[in-house]
Amino acid sequence: MSIKSYRQAINETLFEEMRRDERVVIMGEDIAGGAGCAGEDDAWGGPLGVTAGLVGEFGRGRVLDTPLSEAGFIGAAAGAAISGMRPIAELMFVDFFGVCFDAIYNQAAKFRYMFGGGVSCPLVIRTTIGAGMRTAAQHSQSLYSLFTHVPGLKCVAPSSPYEAKGLLAQAIADDDPVIFFEHKLMYDMTEEVPDERYLIPFGEANIMRDGEHVTIVAISRMVHVALEAAEALAGEGVECEVIDPRSLSPLDADTIIESVEATGRLVIVDEDTPRCSLAADIAATVADEAFTALTAPIKRVNAPHCPVPFTGALEDLYIPNAAKVAAAVRAVMEAG
Amino acid sequence: MTTITALKMPKWGMAMTEGKIVDWLAEDGAQIEAGDEILEVETEKITNVLEAPASGVLRRRLADDGDVRPIGALLAVICDPQTPDEEIDRFVDQFTIEEEAEQDVSEAEPEFVEAGGKRLRVLRMGDGGEPVVLVHGFGGDLKNWLFNQPALAEGRQTVALDLPGHGESVKDVGAGTPDALAGDLLALLDALDLARVHVVGHSLGGMIGHALAHTAPDRVASLTLIGSRGLGTRVDLCYIDSFLAANRRKEMKPVLARLFADSGLVSRDMINEVLKFKRLDGVSAALEKLAAALRDEAGTPPPALPAMTQIIWGTDDQVAPISQLAGVDPAITVHRLDGVGHMAHMEAAGAVNRLIEGFVTGE
Repeated sequence: MSIKSYRQAINETLFEEMRRDERVVIMGEDIAGGAGCAGEDDAWGGPLGVTAGLVGEFGRGRVLDTPLSEAGFIGAAAGAAISGMRPIAELMFVDFFGVCFDAIYNQAAKFRYMFGGGVSCPLVIRTTIGAGMRTAAQHSQSLYSLFTHVPGLKCVAPSSPYEAKGLLAQAIADDDPVIFFEHKLMYDMTEEVPDERYLIPFGEANIMRDGEHVTIVAISRMVHVALEAAEALAGEGVECEVIDPRSLSPLDADTIIESVEATGRLVIVDEDTPRCSLAADIAATVADEAFTALTAPIKRVNAPHCPVPFTGALEDLYIPNAAKVAAAVRAVMEAG
Repeated sequence: MTTITALKMPKWGMAMTEGKIVDWLAEDGAQIEAGDEILEVETEKITNVLEAPASGVLRRRLADDGDVRPIGALLAVICDPQTPDEEIDRFVDQFTIEEEAEQDVSEAEPEFVEAGGKRLRVLRMGDGGEPVVLVHGFGGDLKNWLFNQPALAEGRQTVALDLPGHGESVKDVGAGTPDALAGDLLALLDALDLARVHVVGHSLGGMIGHALAHTAPDRVASLTLIGSRGLGTRVDLCYIDSFLAANRRKEMKPVLARLFADSGLVSRDMINEVLKFKRLDGVSAALEKLAAALRDEAGTPPPALPAMTQIIWGTDDQVAPISQLAGVDPAITVHRLDGVGHMAHMEAAGAVNRLIEGFVTGE
């Protein structure tokens, strides 16, 4: 057990899994380098330093610096995955998915089905989400709902270093395509993380805080925003149960529904834009399956339906924060 | 001038920084004896009962149900009925949380020791005297003694360990039998230079202590067995099998609930910590090996207990039923704790601590 950052936890898992299984290869833009590599390579290791040092141990045969073509290397990764490899492709920002989506939603997601179970596609796509980096509208989105829409893809959004390590190991061990969403603002977050390998199963939500009045479901970094709000609300006598779904596909709806059956109130915190979002999906699921348990309308706390602003003050306003979550909780408390 | 005793927020376990008052069990003005249960305190990990540190009248309660207070905070004062109110006012006004005083025992950090080629995590507290070694049960770790070790460490050196395959110790359990684990315990005593110790073992830990007392009788000054399976000829493996099978929160919760008479003591954190432990590479294999060894030994009568043995058992133990006491030598002292489950040292920490304290000091 030692203190590790989210970035270190992911980096360590990549090292571990590549050591365990030589079929695991990584590919992406600028991912080789870092950690004492020769010459200008030393500066690299991914734009955010997550893959630093891997090329030193595993060489360029397993750490593939690709050309600047997502359509090319994501497609190649999907093909490698049905040919006996276990590739981990890095899509630098999820915002770039548009140029390579065919390989993901119409190929990787459907291979097993189209070949009648004759192949599996153990592909992992690591990608980054989240606003707050002052990187404007094309590098700041949280577009996971576009992937959860697609049958055949598993989607994971780890909310801490411990979670990132165990969920990434599970993603790599999984025989289906997994999209692994890393929040850019969490790379420097630290906590105690075991040195040993461990797997966190998909489809099991994590209850982060117990509470009897309101259920808050929060995704990725929003888990911490929700916990901050819950702490403040506890001072007002309102106890919130905070649930981190961990995997968005499969979604552990049972845990959410059981909690709502106990609290009667639901607030969903999702950094994505609101229309057709995961928050909308969770709200619909609970309305379908636990409507009579609800004593108040479900509230969603999303970003507004607009591009992420570049202006700092507006970007800060755009991201859901603890005050907005607390206001939503107070509103559902007043409603019933 | 009379003595005023402060009832303070305790520190249970390394991570505790504050506690919440759940329920006062004694009214203002109540006459109380040292050891009486005064109030229930809830931490992130567990709820436990705080006992009166002295006899007297509960003159003033300084926190209400639901209040959260930091460790060391003044919760109530206990003193003579004659003590004037002004004196109590002064005591309360002048009370400050003594952080340094709390540190010597409760701030102890676990460390790693190489014992017989195995890396074991141990937590040492207290100095001098004949040491007490605390051995947890199947699936547990050294934190199981969080209510016991600080109290026992006030009078002597204490060592709690993570057995091989548990906590943060090495995952290699060797043959996985209680005898093999007793060998690891002996290696730890050598590594720590402990010539002779009082062994307190819970459940599987009791079997290991028993095995050590058999193979190295000169190293074991006394043996305290808490809810320890294997005393009779029948070992109930049902708990172990369900613990091994449970890998999700919903599966693990009812399994852990069986450890306590009051299943409400099983907190979210407790379940999470057990699941985190079970997820680690090598843990399942280690636990399976221990379970297999226990299955093989089921039905084999254990050797006779040494004379310096006391047995503590909760009457409501659902994991190792108290009926297992049937075959025990009548010369051995047995303490039955009413309404207490398998984790007697957590559920009735005060009573268990007094029994251990009394036994190891020969009182």
